[in-house]
Amino acid sequence: MKVIEVENLTKRFGSFTAVDNISFSVERGEIFGFLGANGAGKTTAMKMLCGLLRPSGGRGIVSGFDINRESEKIKASIGYMSQKFALYEDLKVWENIRLYAGIYGVPEKEATERSHTLLEELGLEKERNSLVKSLPLGWRQKLAFSVSIFHKPTIVFLDEPTGGVDPVTRRQFWEMIYKAAASGITVFVTTHYMDEAEYCNRVSIMVDGRIDALSSPASLKKEFEAESMDEVFRKLARKSKNGEL
Amino acid sequence: MLKYLLEKEFKQFFRNKALPKMAVIMPFMAILIFPLVANFEIKNINLAIVDHDKSSTSRQLIEKVAAGGYFTISDVAESYAEAMNGIEVNRSDIILEIPARLENDLQREGKTTVQISANAVSAIKGGLGSTYLAGIIGEYNIEINGKITTVMNPHSITITPRFWYNPRLLYTYFMVPALMVMVLAMVCGFLPALNIVGEKESGTIEQINVTPISKLNFILSKLLPYWIIGFVVLTISFLAAWVAYGLTPVGSIGTIYLFAALFVLAFSGFGLVISNYASTLQQAMFMMFFFVLTFIFMSGLYTPVANMPQWAQNLSIISPLKYIIVVLRQVYLKGSTFTELHTPFWMLTSFAIFFNGWAVLSYRKKS
Repeated sequence: MKVIEVENLTKRFGSFTAVDNISFSVERGEIFGFLGANGAGKTTAMKMLCGLLRPSGGRGIVSGFDINRESEKIKASIGYMSQKFALYEDLKVWENIRLYAGIYGVPEKEATERSHTLLEELGLEKERNSLVKSLPLGWRQKLAFSVSIFHKPTIVFLDEPTGGVDPVTRRQFWEMIYKAAASGITVFVTTHYMDEAEYCNRVSIMVDGRIDALSSPASLKKEFEAESMDEVFRKLARKSKNGEL
Repeated sequence: MLKYLLEKEFKQFFRNKALPKMAVIMPFMAILIFPLVANFEIKNINLAIVDHDKSSTSRQLIEKVAAGGYFTISDVAESYAEAMNGIEVNRSDIILEIPARLENDLQREGKTTVQISANAVSAIKGGLGSTYLAGIIGEYNIEINGKITTVMNPHSITITPRFWYNPRLLYTYFMVPALMVMVLAMVCGFLPALNIVGEKESGTIEQINVTPISKLNFILSKLLPYWIIGFVVLTISFLAAWVAYGLTPVGSIGTIYLFAALFVLAFSGFGLVISNYASTLQQAMFMMFFFVLTFIFMSGLYTPVANMPQWAQNLSIISPLKYIIVVLRQVYLKGSTFTELHTPFWMLTSFAIFFNGWAVLSYRKKS
């Protein structure tokens, strides 16, 4: 079953086309890697799927709802973790969990119980009453991810979730992603790290607002006669007119 | 859902190092200090004296002027030119020149002339200073008239003014209710204006926008906390006015709270509108200063609206401050009741609906 279906999605800012006529679909329970250089249009495309940006053209269905007309309904069934760290730094760890659980309508009793288990799993039980700003970045990112899936969404959108995080924490982060996917949550993730691309079921690679490749990491490597995803990426990115890399 | 958002707003407010303190200190400062510094009564006027007469009458006159409390003798000059020097170097504000034959003329002809010259660069100081001085000389005139001639003018008319509502003509009484409004406007206008835009800058707004929160709930969560803070600020102002000046409202406190509630709703709504349109704190701050200053000058806080040119009077109807200042002054000093305050009530209600409706509509979850 498809949880994301996009056809000819386009976003223009003035004369600049950030997302240029992309079409793709994502299956339920999949870990879908959304790759591309800086400025390739990943974040813009993701924001249109989440109902944060109005598309200039094209259609899309996310979790059964139209992105043009029903974005508020989409919002109830997705989780989102932005590039910029977005928990409230002046709230405590448990207060952030409580706030977002409340916003998504998780019953208070259930939220309290589950927040205890969650903090135990994250090893943050001792930091329950710490302000989020006092946590190291890696912990914050893990917490932000846990908060974004606390209400058990159908899909979670992660925008460069591991940026600036150390390799050990990155590893742990991906374990969390796998766990979420195993529980049935579809994971839509953008990243720069090509080793992370290898962890995805399927990846798409965006160049200058278009999707230039979309398949499983193994078949992409075969198609581009490359040793690693890193090489695939470099071969594709070289075609970019923007000339980054 | 609203409950959780309100909880968050209050936690953030009280956890902020500066805001809660400011909200308590500001009303105190405004009520205790502003009326003393923002005062049109002129004291400590520097007076230069040129006494050509040097008689006992002229000395008495000078003593009387000096004893009045308004004037400080800064200069005793031999000539008018010398006294004028004092004005030029800003040592004196006003010159009182007493002619050589003052005592003589008074005793022989029963009249004489003294000259008052004022530095009118500061128009208020010059103008009021000369008026005070003329007043003191006038009093002295009556005193010596009493001695010299028994009844100079049997048909003179005596005017006994009676000042209603503020019998001692205290400027403080006039200013305090208006200053309460100013503090309310500062706290309940600026804080919401900086709130949403602050979330834009920190990036947390994006996380909120991707949740199913309704626009109305979001705006309410930003509005209600400042509404409650507004009541606290107002209550502190009442207490400060009572402790410092013994000033309590003649009319009902309930009426004041009712109107203040409407005003805070309206003005916080206005702040939120600004916050929705601004993309940085700097922009929001600058826009708020512009509008708050305009509203304050148009409101009659310092200068009566009726003194403004007609176009400015027409423009002043868009200042929500105008209505609440009228209400506070009237209820505080005159004891007006709700029935006399229909116009401000409907105007403030309209402002509240208009600005908050606009705030909800202009808040965009999707760009």
